[in-house]
Amino acid sequence: MTTATRAPALRFSGVTKQFGGGTTALADASLEVAPGEFVSVVGPSGCGKSTLLRIASGLDGITEGSVEVATKRLGYVFQDATLLPWRTVYQNAALFAELEKMDKAERRRRIAEALDLVGLTGFEKHLPHQLSGGMRMRASLARSLVLDPEVFLFDEPFGALDEITRERLNDELLRTHRARSFAALFVTHSVAEAVFLSTRVVVMSARPGRVIADIAVPFEYPRVPELRYTPEFAALCGEVSAHLRSE
Amino acid sequence: MSTADTGTGTGVTDQISPERVVAPLAGRAAPAGRGGAGTAARAAGTRYGLPLLVAGVIIGIWYVISEVVLNSYQRFMLPPPHRVLEVGFFTWSNFVPLMDALGVTARVTFTGFAIAIVLGVGAAVAMSQAKWVENALYPWAVVLQTVPILALTPFLSFFFGFALTPRVIVTVIIAFFPIVSNSLFGLQSAEAGMRDLFALHKAGRWTRLWKLQFPAALPAIFTGLRTSAGLAVIGAIVGELFFKQGQAGLGTNMTVYTSLTEGEQLWASVLTASALGIAVFVFFGWLSQRVVGRWYQPKGR
Repeated sequence: MTTATRAPALRFSGVTKQFGGGTTALADASLEVAPGEFVSVVGPSGCGKSTLLRIASGLDGITEGSVEVATKRLGYVFQDATLLPWRTVYQNAALFAELEKMDKAERRRRIAEALDLVGLTGFEKHLPHQLSGGMRMRASLARSLVLDPEVFLFDEPFGALDEITRERLNDELLRTHRARSFAALFVTHSVAEAVFLSTRVVVMSARPGRVIADIAVPFEYPRVPELRYTPEFAALCGEVSAHLRSE
Repeated sequence: MSTADTGTGTGVTDQISPERVVAPLAGRAAPAGRGGAGTAARAAGTRYGLPLLVAGVIIGIWYVISEVVLNSYQRFMLPPPHRVLEVGFFTWSNFVPLMDALGVTARVTFTGFAIAIVLGVGAAVAMSQAKWVENALYPWAVVLQTVPILALTPFLSFFFGFALTPRVIVTVIIAFFPIVSNSLFGLQSAEAGMRDLFALHKAGRWTRLWKLQFPAALPAIFTGLRTSAGLAVIGAIVGELFFKQGQAGLGTNMTVYTSLTEGEQLWASVLTASALGIAVFVFFGWLSQRVVGRWYQPKGR
């Protein structure tokens, strides 16, 4: 799956990030994501995983090193669904397209498509407070999908959800990934989630964050939910966890 | 696919901390199916019955003071409620001037309030866009609120005379501050995560103001408007106490009735003024519910 011949969709080279207070969030972190690849990042709390995404998106700058993003079509799903509470699901899904000044007819078509893809058709007129946590995350996902992103950043999007909802959204996310084939950088606390979703799992050290392991996940796509209960899956989760513990 | 550099940072150290404020996003459940007719009746009882009960107690105390505490020479200070109704409201020759005065006071109130809304929200928007504007203006908004109106009367009358204009100005001064402070608070209340959404797509200042800050501020703006609604009436009355030329308002009449010791009409004017304040307050409560009630419910309701 790793296509070394093509230019990476996303590349961090020796990125160091210091905050004003003197905290070093990232120290010489290097990481590449190929087009269409799904890479998860796991690591202890505060290891700079989220900072990595903020840097990739341009929300934060860096202190040293370089970051290359091969596209301007960037998706970003935050920990929190961050839906605007006064906007309906439809209007929330429209936000990024509005900010990018997308043509109106095009916008309508893509919103309908994105809402359909995340299973929110029929909920267009609902307000965020009328939705469950899982549905709010779907709306948040749709908001980025409307842009048809080539690089998609996920910052622990399903961390606050219950196990069942989380697994269902994982399955749906993989389906969406196959449909749209974006390059994904997915930050999570859950080893199982990382292994289930990814082509590669990257393990980071505690602060200041460095990449300490880069593990290929050999399972074929499409992945079925039952994969989670196979011995091979468990073994790989064990390997990732061992790296986390060694830290 | 071209390779675009987003940040080949060289020595860029920025001050933003990575911790994101994780605020629970509108996790309120819809109040679906809350009990039957029994609870509804009880809710209505609490909603309307209790205030009525308090009104009864107040009227009772009023009677006690008027009939028991005050003797017949002192009673003009607080005539019993039925006398206020009889003389102040149900005597045609008194009722007509009362309503005329209400009209004048209402006009001053609405004019001053409207100006205070425009200036107050405008000032808050300006302050929300640049810290230096806030630093420059906010202390003066506080000063404006604390300055004794009495001290301003000679100054105001010198420039604006003694009729309607200075009354409107007093109304604006009194109603201004809650609008500014609440609007500013609201405009600054958008969560960091939501601001990120706009930063991510390089949204301009006006887009951010119009699509994020202003809608997020609406509940707070309405809180300010409700507070100021009552103050605007007080402002108009106070203005009328000082600036008595031209058409007589409720405040003008209050000074007249006081000097003539006509307690019934004085209290009728006071009640009418409160009724005006309550009407404006209720109107803005209703408007707030119409505009933001769909997505915003105050905490703990």
